[in-house]
Amino acid sequence: MLLTASEAKNERMKVGLFIPCYVDQFYPQVGIATLQLLEKLGVKAHFPKQQTCCGQPMANSGCEQDAIPVYHNFVDTFQDYDYVVGPAGSCVYHVRKHFNIIDQTPKVEHVRENTRELFDFLINVLGVTDIPGSFPYKVGLHLSCHGQRGLHQANESEMTPVRDGQLKRLLTSMKGLEFTELDRNDECCGFGGTFCVSEAGISARMGQDRVKDHVRNGTQVLTGGDMSCLMHLEGIIRRGKLPIKVMHAAEILNGAIL
Amino acid sequence: MSHSQRSDIFLLDAERTTWHDETLWFVRQKRDKAVYALPEFQDLRELASQIKNHTLSKLDHYLVQFEEAATRNGVQVHWAADAAEHNAIVLGLIRKHNATRVVKSKSMLTEECHLNPHLIKNGIEVIDTDLGERIIQMREEAPSHVVLPAIHLKKEDVGDTFHIHLGTTKGNNDPQQLTEAARQHLREKFLAGEVAISGVNFAIAETGSVVVCTNEGNADLGVNLAKVHIACMGMEKLIPRLSDLSVFTRVLTRSATGQPVTTYTSHFTKPAPGKEMHIVIVDNGRTKQLGRPDFRASLKCIRCGACMNTCPVYRRSGGHSYDFTIPGPIGAILSPNIDMRKHASLPFASTLCGSCTDVCPVKIDIHTQLYKWRQVLAAEGEIPASKKWSMRLLSSVLSRPGMYGLGGKMARQGLRFLPHGLTHAKGYNPWAIARELPEPPKQSFREWYEQQQKVK
Repeated sequence: MLLTASEAKNERMKVGLFIPCYVDQFYPQVGIATLQLLEKLGVKAHFPKQQTCCGQPMANSGCEQDAIPVYHNFVDTFQDYDYVVGPAGSCVYHVRKHFNIIDQTPKVEHVRENTRELFDFLINVLGVTDIPGSFPYKVGLHLSCHGQRGLHQANESEMTPVRDGQLKRLLTSMKGLEFTELDRNDECCGFGGTFCVSEAGISARMGQDRVKDHVRNGTQVLTGGDMSCLMHLEGIIRRGKLPIKVMHAAEILNGAIL
Repeated sequence: MSHSQRSDIFLLDAERTTWHDETLWFVRQKRDKAVYALPEFQDLRELASQIKNHTLSKLDHYLVQFEEAATRNGVQVHWAADAAEHNAIVLGLIRKHNATRVVKSKSMLTEECHLNPHLIKNGIEVIDTDLGERIIQMREEAPSHVVLPAIHLKKEDVGDTFHIHLGTTKGNNDPQQLTEAARQHLREKFLAGEVAISGVNFAIAETGSVVVCTNEGNADLGVNLAKVHIACMGMEKLIPRLSDLSVFTRVLTRSATGQPVTTYTSHFTKPAPGKEMHIVIVDNGRTKQLGRPDFRASLKCIRCGACMNTCPVYRRSGGHSYDFTIPGPIGAILSPNIDMRKHASLPFASTLCGSCTDVCPVKIDIHTQLYKWRQVLAAEGEIPASKKWSMRLLSSVLSRPGMYGLGGKMARQGLRFLPHGLTHAKGYNPWAIARELPEPPKQSFREWYEQQQKVK
């Protein structure tokens, strides 16, 4: 494809691809879609292989002291990049918000400040406003809490009735795509990291309720910006053998650009 | 029992869980409508937050100012360091007047101090006059919500309770008729009340008045009919000036139930001629919480209950699953201050979705405090040993890229080749109770990436 002038500038940007541990191990196709999508938009992202995880599983369990070596590994891995881009709002939020317990050296500050969620990066750094393509399905958009309430990537129903957000705007440009109007636009899916096993009953019930909302309102493809929520919801959908396909939004957008 | 264990009991009745969730979500939606209709609502939240921050930063000053003003008004002010002192003061006042019949309007503080059992044990009849409170008092249950204490009950439950305690017809579940029965019953109690106890929503340092917000007018009925009024308040209820009050009355009920204002907002400043008014100011752990910089802001709470109504966990686990006077997200950050061991599971009863923080009318960073309590609890050894050691192990793997790559590969291989019944055994894999595990791919992303690099 042809590169525009701004896309050529994007090529010079040094971007580190952050593929969270569970995406790396269980959803390689999401990592591939992220890499390819960035490439199509003129960004050659590099995947430094000494990366592992953001440390959130330990920290959310109360063991953030144990996560410190993991934080340092993250910072050391990504310190030389202009931007660190990952397809997971929750992990990005963790780096930006909770890496405050290690020494705030210039490299730590640099990494925290420039770690960006994929769609936030596309819109606010690359200036992407729409992605031409078609996706003729009824799409249920799951707003992940850490992307929405943590990184402010979408309006919150606690503040305003207007249902707007970064990912919604990007997906709106797809031809044929119709959004599911959910009864509860931004209720948590119940994944919650280690919550999903330490409070397994409530976690499952929350996920089942979210899935029912999508089924009731006709979702064909369930998508979002955070694979962790989607992994949990997909687990429930597959257990129930429900006719809903789960895709990370990077897969939809990457598939649309030819 | 942990929160999770108590939730599992609640969840057994799936239909009732649905009903509970939908009932509280309806309240949350009413709150949203009221909030959307007020363009300045976010400014009011900010203002309310700042007033509370300011007050807490000078609490010693405002407490003294309040006591002086109240004393000038002819009110007798008492100080209680803990629940036992509070209960002793209240009982002492009742005895001083040779009274045996007490009517009490809604007060979470007296619940916190377990005042009712103390008074009853000492031969005093104490009647809760808030309808919801009266219902759960008859059933000998604790409130399950700060604003809607009987929200865990359906009208059928109330019908059964009133049949037993008030003699209504068996099977009569008509809300109108049940309310009328309660009205007749409470009227007698109001008329007979010798001492009226009330809670306090706001205490105004400048004027020495206390403000009580109710929808039923029961505080007013009780206080105006009895000879003695005892208002019990936590020391964090203060606001500096009368002019600050409207900021709070505007956000309180909108956040709580979606009403613009409570039906009754009553100011009690001085005793009527020939009567007595007392105010009991209670610490009971508040000073300790004020001394914890990370958790100080929890004392800004004005007990609207919005964090409960919005909490997706609370709605599906019920208020009693928290086993603390104040349930829900705010209870989960207040309770470890009182008893860390007993309430150790509460800060983990959250996905950290942040909705509680977003609805809080005084901008308490509830989900951040939940996260911070988890760190404190782990450091104090109050998390299960299995969790502690598995997190250590996880950390040692995740801080070593080589080990992580190998471990991931082994886990994926295991998932691919072990039988489904084994990988999804509900006995040791809580994930599998309701969910399938992801289908393990042949290659991880990093393996794919490496292969691509080689091709290039």
